[in-house]
Amino acid sequence: MISEEVVDLSRLQFAITALYHFLFVPLTLGLSFILAIMESSYVMTGKQIYKDMTRFWGKLFGINFALGVTTGLTLEFQFGTNWAYYSHYVGDIFGVPLALEGLVAFFLESTLIGLFFFGWDRLTRVQHLACTWLLALASNMSALMILIANGWMQNPIGAEFNYETMRMEVSSFSEVIFNPVAQVKFVHTVAAGYCTGAMFVLGISSYYLLNRRDQAFAIRSFAIAAAFGFAGVMSVIVLGDESGYTAGEVQKVKLAAVEAEWETVEPPAAFTIFGLPDQEKMITEHAIKVPWLLGLIGTRSIEHPIIGIKDILEANEQKIRDGMVAYGLLQQLKSGQKDDNTKAQFERHKKDLGYGLLLKKYTDNVVDATEEQIQLAKKDTVPKVAPLFWVFRIMVASGFTMLLIFGIAFYASSTQKVMQYRWLLWAALYAIPLPWIACEMGWIVAEYGRQPWTISGILPTHLSVSTRTSGDLFLSLAGFIGFYTLLFIVEMFLMFKYARLGPSALHTGRYYFEKIGGSA
Amino acid sequence: MTLDYETLKVIWWLFIGILFIGFAIMDGFDLGIGTLLPFIGKTDEERRVLLNVVGPTWEGNQVWFVTAGGALFAAWPQVYATAFSGFYFALLLILFALFFRPVGFDYRSKLPDPRWRNAWDWGLFIGGMVPALVFGIAFGNLLQGVPFHFDTDLRSYYTGSFWGLLNPFGILAGLISLSMLIMQGAIYLQLKTEGVIAERSKKAIFWSGIIFLILFLLAGLWLAYGIDGYRIVSMGKLDAAPNPLGKIVQTETGAWMDNYSYFSWLFMVPMMAIIMTIFTMLLSRLNKPGLGFITSSLTVTGVILTAGISMYPFILPSSSSPNSSLTIWDSSSSYMTLKALFWSTVVFLPIVIMYTSWVYRVLRGKVTVKKIRENTHTAY
Repeated sequence: MISEEVVDLSRLQFAITALYHFLFVPLTLGLSFILAIMESSYVMTGKQIYKDMTRFWGKLFGINFALGVTTGLTLEFQFGTNWAYYSHYVGDIFGVPLALEGLVAFFLESTLIGLFFFGWDRLTRVQHLACTWLLALASNMSALMILIANGWMQNPIGAEFNYETMRMEVSSFSEVIFNPVAQVKFVHTVAAGYCTGAMFVLGISSYYLLNRRDQAFAIRSFAIAAAFGFAGVMSVIVLGDESGYTAGEVQKVKLAAVEAEWETVEPPAAFTIFGLPDQEKMITEHAIKVPWLLGLIGTRSIEHPIIGIKDILEANEQKIRDGMVAYGLLQQLKSGQKDDNTKAQFERHKKDLGYGLLLKKYTDNVVDATEEQIQLAKKDTVPKVAPLFWVFRIMVASGFTMLLIFGIAFYASSTQKVMQYRWLLWAALYAIPLPWIACEMGWIVAEYGRQPWTISGILPTHLSVSTRTSGDLFLSLAGFIGFYTLLFIVEMFLMFKYARLGPSALHTGRYYFEKIGGSA
Repeated sequence: MTLDYETLKVIWWLFIGILFIGFAIMDGFDLGIGTLLPFIGKTDEERRVLLNVVGPTWEGNQVWFVTAGGALFAAWPQVYATAFSGFYFALLLILFALFFRPVGFDYRSKLPDPRWRNAWDWGLFIGGMVPALVFGIAFGNLLQGVPFHFDTDLRSYYTGSFWGLLNPFGILAGLISLSMLIMQGAIYLQLKTEGVIAERSKKAIFWSGIIFLILFLLAGLWLAYGIDGYRIVSMGKLDAAPNPLGKIVQTETGAWMDNYSYFSWLFMVPMMAIIMTIFTMLLSRLNKPGLGFITSSLTVTGVILTAGISMYPFILPSSSSPNSSLTIWDSSSSYMTLKALFWSTVVFLPIVIMYTSWVYRVLRGKVTVKKIRENTHTAY
C-alpha cells in the first residue's frame, strides 16, 4: 500500500511549487498587455514618454518573468517525478495540452522576449510593437493550454478507460478543448492576471505620485492601469469561476463545500456571508445569509437547485458500491477472463471505477471492502469544508476591495483629479498584495476543493503518486523550499530597488534621480 | 503511406528524437557557453560579451527542452512517468542547475558589485555544465538498462539509486555529452565574437573535439563488446493497444549492434558524428565558424541518433525485469492522441523554426566589448 506520508508530501511539494509559480504568472499575464498598450500609445502618438514607460515597466516585467520561467520548469516535469501513476493513467489526454503549450505558445513567448528587450534598435517601431503584442498573446495562450489541462482534471470529459492499457484514453479532443470548465477557468484566470498587472502598475505609480516624482510618467501609467484594471476586475467578478461549478459532478461537490451548503434547499439558495462550518455535525453555526444570492451566482437561474453535501454523500455511496463491482470486473478482465459478457458488464459499470479506487486507501482488495471502509471512503468524497469556505471568502473580499480601488482610480483619472485624492494613492500602494492574495486563494479553492481526486471521479489522489520514499520527498521538498526562498529574496530585492528607482533606471537623463543627482 | 497506428509509433520515435536533437543543438550551445563562461571570459566585460551572445535567445532555446518534456508526456506517458520518477534526483539536479539561468542572465548585470556578478557567473557555469553532464549520464544508463518493473496495474517501481547512475559507462557518456556541447558552444562563440574571445574559443573547440573523439570511439567499442544489449524475442502485434507486459526480451552482449548489422548503411550515422567533429575542428582553424556551427550541429545529431538507433525499438530497457522494458510499440499513447499530436507538430514546428530563424537574423552580427560598453545599462 502507498504510504500516506508520501502522498501528503507529494501534495505539499506540488502545492508549494505551483503556488510559488503562480506568484509570477499572473503578473506576466497582465503586465504583458499593459506593455503592449503603452507601446501602442508610443507608436500611435510618437511621444517618447510612452516608450520610456514601456521600457521601464518592461524592466520590472523581466525581473518577474525570470522567476516565472524558473519555477515553470519544475511543473513541466513534476508530474513525472512525483505523480508517475497519474502520468501513466491520464498522459494520453492531459499530456496533449502540455505539449501544445510548448509548441504553440511558450516557444513564441520565449523567442520574442529577447527581441522585446534587445530589439529596440534593430526593429522598426511597428515590428517591435508586433513583438510585444505577440508576447502578450502567447503568454495568454500558454494560460489557455494549461487551463484546458487543469479544466480536464476538474471535469474529465471526452475520455474513456481502456482496460487493456490500464489508463484513460481520449475519445474526443473537441470535448477536451471546449470543456466548459476550462473555458470559464481561462477567462477567470487571465482576468485575474490583468488585475494583478494593473494593481502592480497602479500601486507603484501611486508611490511616485505620493513622492511627487516623475509625475508626467506616473500619471500616464496610473491612467492606463486604472482603466485596464477596472475592466479586468469587472471580468473577474462577473465571469466568476463559480459559473463553472455546475458542470461536472465533482465541481458540484466543490461548490457545496465552498459554500458550506449541507442541505439541498428550495432554489434559489441563500448565500452565507459569514458562519462557522462544522463538518462533523454538518451544520454552519452563526450563519449570516443573503437570500437568493448563491442560487443566482451558482446556477445563473432561480429555478435550479444547488445540491447539498448530504445528498451528494448519499449519491457517492452508491457510486462507491458500483465502483466495487467495476473493480471486480476489471480484475477478471486482467486475469484473462475476456468473454463478451464480462466486457459488456464492465462497460456498464466502469464510469464509477474511480469511486471504487477510493477504497484502495483502506484495502488492497477493493471488492471485499467492509461496510466501515465504505463509509470512510464515502466521507472522503467531500473535501474539508471550513478551509475552503474561508479561503474563498478571502478571495472574494480581495476582489471586491480591488473593484472599489480600480473604480475610484478610473473615475479619478478620467476626471483628472488623481492628485487630489492622496488617500487613494496610499490605498493603491498598500493594495499591491491584494491580487496576489486573491490569486493564491483562488488556486487553493480550485485544487484543494478537488480533493480527494487528482482527476475528478476518475483517479484518487493517493493512487496518483510515484513510488518514491518519504526520505526522497523530504529531501526534494527541502531543496525546493531552500532554493525558492533564496531566489524569492533576490527577486524581491531587485524588484524593490528598481521600483523605488523608477524611470531613472533607464539612464535617459530625463528622470528624477538623474536631474538632481540624487541617489537611489 | 497511410497513418496507421504502427507507422505513427515509429514517427513518434523520430519526432521525440527531433525534439531532443533540437534541444541539444539549440540549447546545447547555451549550455556549452555557460560551461566556458568563467574560463573564456576573464574580465567582467569579456564575460558580458559571452552572456550577450546567448542572452537574447537562450530562453527560446530552452523551450525545446520544455516541449520535449511535454511531448514525452503526451506521446509516451509511461516513459515520462517511469523515467522521471526513476531518475528522480538526476532530473532534479538538472532542474536545479537550470534554475540558475533565467535569474543569472537577467539579474547578474543589474548590480555592479563584483561579488554579486561573480556569484552569478558561477551559477551560470553550474547551469551549463551540470545539465550537459547529467543528460549524458542518463543516456549512458539507458544504454545499460535501468532497474524497474511494473505491477499488474502498470504502476512502475524503480529499484535503483541516484549513486547507481554514476557508473563508469554512465560517466563516460556524461563526458561525451559535456565535451560535445562545449564544442557546440565554443563554435557558436567563435562565430559571434572577435579578438581574444574568439581565439580562446578556437582552443576550446580543438581540445573538446579531441576529447570527444576519443571518448566517443571508446564508448562505441564498449557498447559493442562490453555491454548487454536488449532484444525482443516475441511480442504481440505492433499496432496492438500498448501494454509493456506482453513481450519477452532477452539480453546479450552486443545486441545493441543488431540494427547496425541488419542495415550496415546505418554505420554512416556514428561515422557522421566523427567526421563532422573533424570538420568542425578544421573549419574553426580556417576561421569559418558559420559552416563549423553546421558541422558541429551534425555531430550532435549523429551522437543522439547513434544512441537512438542502437536501442531501437527500445526506449527504456529494464535491467531488473527485461520483459518490462519500454519500447516504441508498447509505451505510446493511443492512436487518436498520436495522430492529433502528429498534425499539430507538422503544422507548428515549421512555424517555430521560421520565427526562430527570423529572430536570429534580426540579432545577427558579432557581440563586442565596444557594444557592451555602449549599452552598459541595457545589456546582460
